[in-house]
Amino acid sequence: MPTTDKHVRDASEVAHEAEILHTGGTRERFGTEEMILNVGPQHPATHGVFRLLATIDGEVLVHADPVIGYMHRGYEKLVEQRDYRQITNLVSRMDWLSGINNEFPLALAIERLMEIEVPPRAQYMRVVLVEMNRIINHLMFFASFGAELGAITPTFYAFREREAIQYTLESATGGRMHFGYFRPGGLKEDVPRGFFEGALRGVRQVITRLPDYEDLLVGNEIFKQRTIGVGVLDKEVAYNYGVSGPIARGSNITFDVRKDEPYSSYDHFDFDVPFGTSGDCFDRFWVLVHEVVESAKIVEQAIEGMPAGPIVGKVPRVIQAPKGETYVRTENSLGELGMYLISDGDKRPYRLKIRTPSYNNVSALSHVLRGTFVSDMIAILGSFFFVLGDIDR
Amino acid sequence: MEIVLTDWQILLVKVAIILAVVPTATLVAGYAEHKVMAHLQHRLGPMYPGGFHGWATLLADGMKFLYKEDIIPKAADKRVFTLAPFLIFVPTILIYMVIPVDRTLIVEDLDVGIFYLLAISSVSAIGVLMAGWSSANKYSLIGTFRAAGQLIAYELPIVLSAAVVAMLAGSLSLVSIVEAQRWPFIVWPPGIGLVAFLVFTSATIAELTRPPFDMPVAESEIITGPFTEYSGMRFIFSYFFPEVANMVALGAIGATLFLGGYRPIAPWGPLDAIPGVVWFLLKTSFMVFLFLWIRPTFPRLREDQLQKFAWKILIPTSLALILATGAWILYV
Repeated sequence: MPTTDKHVRDASEVAHEAEILHTGGTRERFGTEEMILNVGPQHPATHGVFRLLATIDGEVLVHADPVIGYMHRGYEKLVEQRDYRQITNLVSRMDWLSGINNEFPLALAIERLMEIEVPPRAQYMRVVLVEMNRIINHLMFFASFGAELGAITPTFYAFREREAIQYTLESATGGRMHFGYFRPGGLKEDVPRGFFEGALRGVRQVITRLPDYEDLLVGNEIFKQRTIGVGVLDKEVAYNYGVSGPIARGSNITFDVRKDEPYSSYDHFDFDVPFGTSGDCFDRFWVLVHEVVESAKIVEQAIEGMPAGPIVGKVPRVIQAPKGETYVRTENSLGELGMYLISDGDKRPYRLKIRTPSYNNVSALSHVLRGTFVSDMIAILGSFFFVLGDIDR
Repeated sequence: MEIVLTDWQILLVKVAIILAVVPTATLVAGYAEHKVMAHLQHRLGPMYPGGFHGWATLLADGMKFLYKEDIIPKAADKRVFTLAPFLIFVPTILIYMVIPVDRTLIVEDLDVGIFYLLAISSVSAIGVLMAGWSSANKYSLIGTFRAAGQLIAYELPIVLSAAVVAMLAGSLSLVSIVEAQRWPFIVWPPGIGLVAFLVFTSATIAELTRPPFDMPVAESEIITGPFTEYSGMRFIFSYFFPEVANMVALGAIGATLFLGGYRPIAPWGPLDAIPGVVWFLLKTSFMVFLFLWIRPTFPRLREDQLQKFAWKILIPTSLALILATGAWILYV
């Protein structure tokens, strides 16, 4: 058990506070003691092989340590053995809920190093695809968060809405999770006939039906009781842990790479960045739901203003980045995805450091979970919206 | 020729009837649960087993569980672990003994019907405690203590709201209670009946550990709580079967205490022609549908919020109801 002396001391201090708060001194009277509860790696609420080593006192979490690494696949090493076109398909598998989002910073990094011009149609197209992917990712977490709080029905509704968009994406890329559609300089090919109609239909359907789902879940009194004031992530803590994305915005950090450092063609579109003020589970979830609407707005605008022209810029047959290094960050579905690419002039990258959002986000969990109930732990885990593949890579 | 049965033969017939009715009711309600939830969630539910709309799904499930390996954890207290399902399962069957399906169609019209019913339905709490404690599993342990707190807290509102009905009828026998009720059933006497019905229904859902009060078995938190380590038929008899059978039983009790049981829904001549069994089944189905409807609609409460709801809202309300009922009986 990786419990150091420091942990034990921490635990007993916090336990004492928690005890006075919740039990009114039962430990002295009944001689109770703490229990180590191993949540995961196989547990329904951890969405995969995430493990939480929790010390509990009754139902109160005295201490919780996230343990990660069960799904480490060595991406950063793997990419060093592959040429630039192959890497696209590899990074698409990192965060499996937003595959096409992962490909974005890689393409941008290569283009910046090689100074490739991306045609406007490809720029717009990329935004459409990425935002559609963001919608299906967010709907997935809409579903899973409800399910974790015991509301099973939103799951099915969210999946119904996902399907229309998912199908449209599939018609263009041929994939449902791992798209592999981006190429340095543009996209693999132009989208098939009917893509724009399908995308608009799917997106508008989400916009019209989302208010109902919001009423069903967010407007529910039990839901409010379970989430408001639960798992508060302070702004300072969020900064210190490098938390980003909807979770950071729930904690009143109004930073969005798309808005503050527009890449590709994001500066052409009009959209808001929703943010919460208190940093509790409710705010995080509220931000997530409202980002769906904003993404839908971007998709509509991009499709309306879609320029004609080629889908790929002038790219040499052999992609060989010149010696140099660059750091690119984009707003992935769950936060800031950064890629630090170093090239030594070979066909393969010398080094690709990937900064994934979920990794930094879950590192703040230990702080937030202290002193909460076991039931709240599930709500907090669910509201941290992490993807295991994104944590471990 | 008149058939004369000895006491023993009557007993055997009664046992046979109960043993036939309980599984049937459970299967029908279980199938309804699948289907009602599916249609509320924009899907079809089981469609294949048995042909017509998957009517044999639960039979197929039962067969599947029958063939599963019977696993008893090494660290478990084996005797308690194997005994627990019976303590949960048997009281469930015993509840059915006193439910009046029609004026004369009842297995045993006890003078202390309500009392018996509330007493017997609490026995299964011991079984749940035994199951959770003997499993030697930390999640079971958490679930067990949640269940213990919850079952104790929600016995009270059930007893108190049933007491309101007993006071109005002046009897503890379920048949007399039905006979004493006046139309329109749940809103009579004004206000008291309706509030008592709401208190009873919410407490019943908690007692059944069904959503939104399903913390003891909260799947996303503590797997299946006290029943995490059970597998195969032991799982069926400790968790699944009693839950559904209890749901039907408590639905029937709710229909009997508050909705007029086997009596027609309105005092209108032609309705009297319909047999009481039909009314009883309709009203029970309504109650069961209510339970099924609530499940996919609400998220789950937290354990401390549930306790607050019981001790700060339901119990004071039902005590106030008893006071109001007393005043009603005395002065109106």
